[in-house]
Amino acid sequence: MPSFTKLTAIAAPLPLANVDTDKIIPARFLKTIARSGLGINLFDTLRYNADGSENPEFVLNREPYRHAKILLAHENFGCGSSREHAPWSLLDFGITCVIAPSFADIFYNNCFKNFILPVKLPRAQVDALMEGAENGANARVTVDLERQVVVSPTGEEYRFEIDEFRKYLLLNGLDDIGQTLQHAESIQSFEQKREQEMNWLPKIKVR
Amino acid sequence: MRTLFDKIWDSHVVERLPDGTCILYIDRHLVHEVTSPQAFEGLRLAGRKLHRADATIAVVDHNIPTSDRKAGISEPESRLQIETLERNVAEFGVPYFPVLDARQGIVHIVGPEQGISLPGFTIVCGDSHTSTHGALGALAFGIGTSEVEHVLATQTLLQKPAKNMLVRVDGKLPVGVTAKDVILAIIGKIGTNGGTGYVIEYAGEAIRGLGMAGRLTICNMSIEAGARAGLIAPDETTFEYIKGRPFAPQGEAFERAVEYWKTLPSDEGAHYDRTVVLDAAEIAPMVTWGTNPEAVAPITGFVPDPAAVEDPGARAQMERMLNYMALAPGQKLDQVPIDVVFIGSCTNARIEDLRAAAGIARGRHVAAGVRALVVPGSGLVKAQAEAEGIAEVLIEAGFEWREAGCSMCLGMNPDKLAPGQRSASTSNRNFEGRQGPGGRTHLVSPAMAAAAAVTGKLTDVRELL
Repeated sequence: MPSFTKLTAIAAPLPLANVDTDKIIPARFLKTIARSGLGINLFDTLRYNADGSENPEFVLNREPYRHAKILLAHENFGCGSSREHAPWSLLDFGITCVIAPSFADIFYNNCFKNFILPVKLPRAQVDALMEGAENGANARVTVDLERQVVVSPTGEEYRFEIDEFRKYLLLNGLDDIGQTLQHAESIQSFEQKREQEMNWLPKIKVR
Repeated sequence: MRTLFDKIWDSHVVERLPDGTCILYIDRHLVHEVTSPQAFEGLRLAGRKLHRADATIAVVDHNIPTSDRKAGISEPESRLQIETLERNVAEFGVPYFPVLDARQGIVHIVGPEQGISLPGFTIVCGDSHTSTHGALGALAFGIGTSEVEHVLATQTLLQKPAKNMLVRVDGKLPVGVTAKDVILAIIGKIGTNGGTGYVIEYAGEAIRGLGMAGRLTICNMSIEAGARAGLIAPDETTFEYIKGRPFAPQGEAFERAVEYWKTLPSDEGAHYDRTVVLDAAEIAPMVTWGTNPEAVAPITGFVPDPAAVEDPGARAQMERMLNYMALAPGQKLDQVPIDVVFIGSCTNARIEDLRAAAGIARGRHVAAGVRALVVPGSGLVKAQAEAEGIAEVLIEAGFEWREAGCSMCLGMNPDKLAPGQRSASTSNRNFEGRQGPGGRTHLVSPAMAAAAAVTGKLTDVRELL
């Protein structure tokens, strides 16, 4: 299993709020039965012109951000649909950390399942990181999950909060289905008790 | 003293882990073709089984064409996704409504319609609009594909409790104002991330006064305010709606269920982390002017002026929206011409929605140059509309009458806006490119959409009543 411990990488600034999942990966690219191969359509409408050529203005089409592993954005990143294709497309492009002041709940959850670390930092710190990221090819941001800090290119440290359990899963590269199945007996006894107490519960059977 | 949310949550906690994360039991899992293939593949690779087939139901909705489907699906990628679902449901034994079954439809229409979604349940689906089912007093929320796999394998999810928000709409709704206008007004007030981290419970006289269709519309768009779930306490309207539905408890079991459901409403004096109050009398028919659902105004209003916005980030965002939407500051909203009308989606494709649209369309005709589609939410809604004569009214008025599916809500099937086309749409998202690349979406109620269709521009439906 992959994991997330510490990452030092180029960070790409995307100074937009409310980046929705249709913007991250438009619905027309969801007709896949695989998890991989979506990176090419990440931010499709921002990244490409109508004729399919690259939009040279868009951050991920510029050096050094083509090689970014960290994305910096504004409030409410990942709002909209529940499509896990959004984190899959980020991952397929090579981005394994998104830093923003806030995230939509489902997107935030989906990131962890793919060992992408979503980091919440106050807007002023995100803006400072965006400024730092524009200092040329040598600007690198470090994200240290163990210590729960982001280190800016100039060495400032910003502490972030994260759930203990999520941190544990990421650091150790643990599959959460496997974790839950360790509680299989509890689940079974819960089910039995619920069926006894609520003896009206219907079962789905299609005819 | 506990809220409705607290009660449902507490009754589904299998185990609480040391950091407060809970293993939450899931009563109903709804599955569709777009967000499930990788989940079934994950089960297969790990050699895991489906935990409970009798708590799971699958339908196809997102990418099927809404034209006649008897000849099969011609688009190869869509066909592969549907065939993959059919293979998966057969292999894992998941109950399934096939494409040509009359019960097929949009998953969030089908669940309540069949009595699969019930009060006090936890309901999940790999789709953010799962919040819809909260209208029955169920805790229902959207999940990603990894979580779909987690539920298939364990019938549980790892979750932390949300905060409680109460949105109360006091008083009676004015004539011509519908549930869609109420939820758009709520989102306009609290913003697209106003509900992040919360479950919203909707209450107050105006909400109580709504039938189930209106309640489903309200809860459906909770996610557009950032809330994962919306809830409305079950009452006589709810019980009456459920009674006799095929997958609901029947006879004496139903009576026992009602006894339980009556214990669910929030206790008097229960604590909410945030309370928002709206006055129903002040709500007008609403229309969005921007590219997220909080960019909304009464139809009697004007396109806002970015120059009046102080925060530079917010001003830039508004400028970007107006540029995308090709609207000018100060423009009257009820003068904006439209090209396409879409009546459908999990927000507004129930029989009541189609009746409202037909009520406006009756004796009128779709304006020249406008294309208007009606896409019923399920095969049963379609059949009922045909039996009631609603379909005939709409067809005579020049609307296209289609098969059930998600259709132009998200442009995954052939129903799409062309670049630059402008729609009045009863769907839930006006994001850039949502209904097709370069398409411009104005979200409205079904009656407002029908009004726009017959006048060719965004129109205050009250002028046609």
